[in-house]
Amino acid sequence: MITQALVSQAVAIQERRSGKPGQAVYSGRSRTILERGFYAFKSSSWLIVISGFVEPVFYLLAFGFGIGQLIGDLEDGAGNLVSYAAFIAPALLATSAMNGAIYDATWNVFFKMHFGKVYQVMLQSSLGPLDVALGEISWALLRGLSYSLGFMAIVTPIGLVTNLWGLLAIPAATLIAFGFASIGMAITSYLKSFQQMNWITFFLLPMFLFSGTFFPVSVYPEWIQTIVQALPLWQGVELVRSLMLGIIHPGLLGHVLYFLVMIAGGLWFTTVRLKALFMR
Amino acid sequence: MFATAKEIVISARSLTKKYKDFVAVDGIDFEVRRGEAFGLLGPNGAGKSTTMKMIASVSQRTSGDLSILGKEPNTQGPEIRAHLGVVPQKDLLDRELKVWENLFTYGRYFGLSRKFLKDKVEELLEFAQLTEKRMSKADDLSGGMQRRLAIARGLVNEPEILMLDEPTTGLDPQARHILWDRLFRLKEQGVTLVITTHYMDEAEQLCDRLIVMDKGKIMAEGSPAELIKKYSSKEVLELRFGTDKNEAAAEQLKDLAERIEVLPDRILLYTQKGEDLLTQIVDAGLNPITSLVRRSSLEDVFLRLTGRSLVE
Ligand SMILES: Nc1ncnc2c1ncn2[C@@H]1O[C@H](COP(=O)(O)OP(=O)(O)OP(=O)(O)O)[C@@H](O)[C@H]1O
Ligand SMILES: [Mg+2]
Repeated sequence: MITQALVSQAVAIQERRSGKPGQAVYSGRSRTILERGFYAFKSSSWLIVISGFVEPVFYLLAFGFGIGQLIGDLEDGAGNLVSYAAFIAPALLATSAMNGAIYDATWNVFFKMHFGKVYQVMLQSSLGPLDVALGEISWALLRGLSYSLGFMAIVTPIGLVTNLWGLLAIPAATLIAFGFASIGMAITSYLKSFQQMNWITFFLLPMFLFSGTFFPVSVYPEWIQTIVQALPLWQGVELVRSLMLGIIHPGLLGHVLYFLVMIAGGLWFTTVRLKALFMR
Repeated sequence: MFATAKEIVISARSLTKKYKDFVAVDGIDFEVRRGEAFGLLGPNGAGKSTTMKMIASVSQRTSGDLSILGKEPNTQGPEIRAHLGVVPQKDLLDRELKVWENLFTYGRYFGLSRKFLKDKVEELLEFAQLTEKRMSKADDLSGGMQRRLAIARGLVNEPEILMLDEPTTGLDPQARHILWDRLFRLKEQGVTLVITTHYMDEAEQLCDRLIVMDKGKIMAEGSPAELIKKYSSKEVLELRFGTDKNEAAAEQLKDLAERIEVLPDRILLYTQKGEDLLTQIVDAGLNPITSLVRRSSLEDVFLRLTGRSLVE
């Protein structure tokens, strides 16, 4: 039969956090949300996962090795010549990280918010909204990271990573995925219909095409450059490209900072929204 | 921990909840003591679920005071929720997960160890009679099974206070009685129960004390027996004269009983001795199509207090 301890384990566990800052919104257990993600994922469709991963690979083949033959070598920004494939590979890596994270943080989160009841269930337990935000964003990040790891596994053997700095592209991709997951979930939490969700896709495509992915932004007039440089994908592309081409300079920290702000902002808004939606 | 029998575990003062301008809960006061079964009774829209959600710390009150185990829901939500088992009115199962995963992951949210949960999940599957359905998707269960799963889930963290919002709605009579039995046993172990229901028999069976709510306000408070004694007579005589004739008959009957209620389909006469009154009425030449003498119930209390029937 159902047993009843004097002080339940759940209470003992929670009391350890008593009095700590943020105890109203955070219980320090977002990993349990990742676990839930794995259980749900086991029975989900692999096709979607794979299709998201192969997309940037197709771009690399078509543009890098196809069109690249017509273009020849490019100047990499530090005065060295690089092949066109080596120029776009870092950009596609950043895009992989973005795609994976965004896919999960937007469409999947939208479904869970409006149809899956998943967050109501979580918030009924002793988790707080920040646990849920962090857990779900981390889950989306993992998808972004796995896409970019897959991409690395393809571009490294074919010689597109030429120096050791290139290994830092993996943490960089993690950062990028984290940023996009965070902002993606925050934005999704404000959207109410599928129609609004389509705006995200509508915005992502031009950002992908024009963020210095396939050609340097120096081709634009100054003011367009400024706009593009404010976009997160450009920040990510610049970061990964510099690392993979071995052009290391303090300016890279600016890109890192950009993503840290994006992560913090997304987490904050997501937490606020989860509270507003499910704890009103 | 259960030392003071009368320790107050939930206390509400002028508790109010507004959704925009609409007042769903309108300044209610009540206290729940440890180990008792406390009921919230009322028609649709009375504010029962809203009150439950505020106690469960998943909804913020608009004004008033609320304290659960001496804690403040606005700042200590997760800590309060660790003590509570919650069975919401809408089942809110994780539809992407299997039956056992619903129990397991929910336990993990509380930080419970996998080892602990391994046994706990088995125990609860048995409790909910869902052992055979463990590998089904929660979404594929029947309505009553989903309800049972939601109830089992509410017990994962071994709560001191179990909040049940219409626990037996959608259960078949057998499952309903099994649940009552389980709830009694939990109560014996010292678990405090807070229950909302539309079923009078359920409230009379399960609740030590209850509040009757309507339109966000408390209409009455007490044990089922007290309430019946205070607001109703010992017996009720129910008469049917046919839809068009009830009103006319009521005119003639109204001085015979302590109180009379004319419902669309029948007339209720409140009296100490139902059989005697019936004889008197038949002798007077009135011929009801059907008649029934029964004990007063909470349903009558509710009718008296609100002029409306509880189950609409
Ligand atoms: N999230 C919400 N936004 C706006 N109004 C709400 C919300 N939740 C509840 N209400 C309103 O508050 C009132 C009380 O609702 P509540 O769910 O507490 O009633 P209840 O007593 O549980 O009724 P039932 O027996 O039908 O479950 C209703 O009029 C309802 O429409
Ligand atoms: Mg309700």
